Amino acid sequence: MDPMEQMYHENILDHFKHPHNHKEMKEADVHHHEYNPLCGDTIDMFLKIKNGKIEDVSFMGKGCAISQASASMLTNDIKGKALKDVEGMQKENILEMLGITLSPVRLKCAMLSLDTTKNAIHIHQKYMQKHNNKGG
Amino acid sequence: MFNVERIKKDFPILKKKVRGKKLVYLDNAATTQKPFQVIEAMNSYYREHNANVHRAIHQLSEEATQLYEKAHEDAANFVGAAGMEEIVFTKNTTESLNLVAYSLVPTLKRGDEIVLTQMEHHSNFVPWQQLAKRHGITLKFIEINNNGKLSDKSIEKNITKKTKIVAVAHVSNSLGTINDVRKIAKIAHENNALCVVDGAQSVPHMKVDVKKLDVDFLAFSGHKMLGPTGIGVLYGKKELLEEMGPFLFGGGMIKEVGWKDTTFIDAPWKFEAGTPNIAEAAGLSAAIRYLEKIGMENIEKQEKKLVDYTLKKLSGMKGVVGYGPKKKAGVFSFNVDGVHAHDVSAILDSEGVAIRGGHHCTMPLMSLLGVSGTSRASISVYNDEKDIDALCGGIEKVKKVFG
Repeated sequence: MDPMEQMYHENILDHFKHPHNHKEMKEADVHHHEYNPLCGDTIDMFLKIKNGKIEDVSFMGKGCAISQASASMLTNDIKGKALKDVEGMQKENILEMLGITLSPVRLKCAMLSLDTTKNAIHIHQKYMQKHNNKGG
Repeated sequence: MFNVERIKKDFPILKKKVRGKKLVYLDNAATTQKPFQVIEAMNSYYREHNANVHRAIHQLSEEATQLYEKAHEDAANFVGAAGMEEIVFTKNTTESLNLVAYSLVPTLKRGDEIVLTQMEHHSNFVPWQQLAKRHGITLKFIEINNNGKLSDKSIEKNITKKTKIVAVAHVSNSLGTINDVRKIAKIAHENNALCVVDGAQSVPHMKVDVKKLDVDFLAFSGHKMLGPTGIGVLYGKKELLEEMGPFLFGGGMIKEVGWKDTTFIDAPWKFEAGTPNIAEAAGLSAAIRYLEKIGMENIEKQEKKLVDYTLKKLSGMKGVVGYGPKKKAGVFSFNVDGVHAHDVSAILDSEGVAIRGGHHCTMPLMSLLGVSGTSRASISVYNDEKDIDALCGGIEKVKKVFG
């Protein structure tokens, strides 16, 4: 197959055009925004966290097909997952989800949503420690 | 007669295949490719003349010094400066502009104003913004109108007796707009302000004459005009460079050093501390010779034809939005409906077509246009209609993949 058609296969384009869990979540426990200055991709992650698990997740964002499709797939994947499992996720997991290989530059696009999610979890954990609350 | 086919043959990299396709290089506003004459000049410097400049009394050092000073003269002649005392070598346009910004600080006081435009590259924006923050200077911006040109009204309104410096791009690296810097410099001077011009996108493409334009400073880069990376130029009026203090301190720029104080030599050398980029200076000389052999007027004429051809083709494409004025330099910013600039670049890359996608170091301008970025194709002396056809073919593929 043409390598471009492989990179932009139907599943990726489908998630890009019709992203899953694509909304602002007012009742989120933590909301975190990240930006890739290289290409201007933005991701906002909204997480609801309960008993050490991701109870619900949504995202908003702007950017290339790879960054937005990977965010959409990631939200499907991590819903219900334990925080420590999400924190353990690596680029291999993202590439497996996308079903493609990527150059180092495009890998940054693909990783933006996972990086944003991990940082959101850290922020939430810090907040919980500070307020001595075991809710997370 | 302008012979693009022959020019192409001078650029070894254009024979390269990328992604199994013939390379079509249209990212010239970022950096240009180098003809073998430039590569050879640098090669020959290292093989035959390498020594430090302005130091030793041995033959190689004399050769290196001669070649390095000659490069200053070549650059001076190229932009119509009086001589090499008006030409400082830096590493790029950004460093040239930082040099001006830092060295002019002692002439500024709290409440003074610096006027920029809304279309500046970060290199002619962030240095002034940070200087303004540190020293209590007010920054003002000349606005652009809907077709990406500077508003005359806004020029008149913003440049006043409070203005000390007007810093403006000659050609916009995002929109291709050609600004009337001669007029802006005149208005600046009427208000006793200095005019600093970012010539990175104009000097490689048209005849630029600093005396005719009557600008006070002109900054440009070797690597955007077929020369090597690591060498930039700052033209400054002699009397201004004489008054200004050094930017960097160290070897090569001193007259006499004592325990308590140091005196400095004259411009340009007082602005060139440390061992400079000598091979790159030799490369820049060769690039200037190459451009002059073709003739800057010929280049301007040829590129104008290609600009018209490109605009006609792009404006005929459905779902493609272009930015910037119709009368412009060879920089084409566009977006394909519903497709991010990065995806456009990636698909064009698969066709061997190299363009740039993103904010082009003009984030404030992008926010003004209401986009996160654009795709940008930009031409040089070795581009022709076939390259533009390949670009348009690539855009059709983008539309097909995302259709």
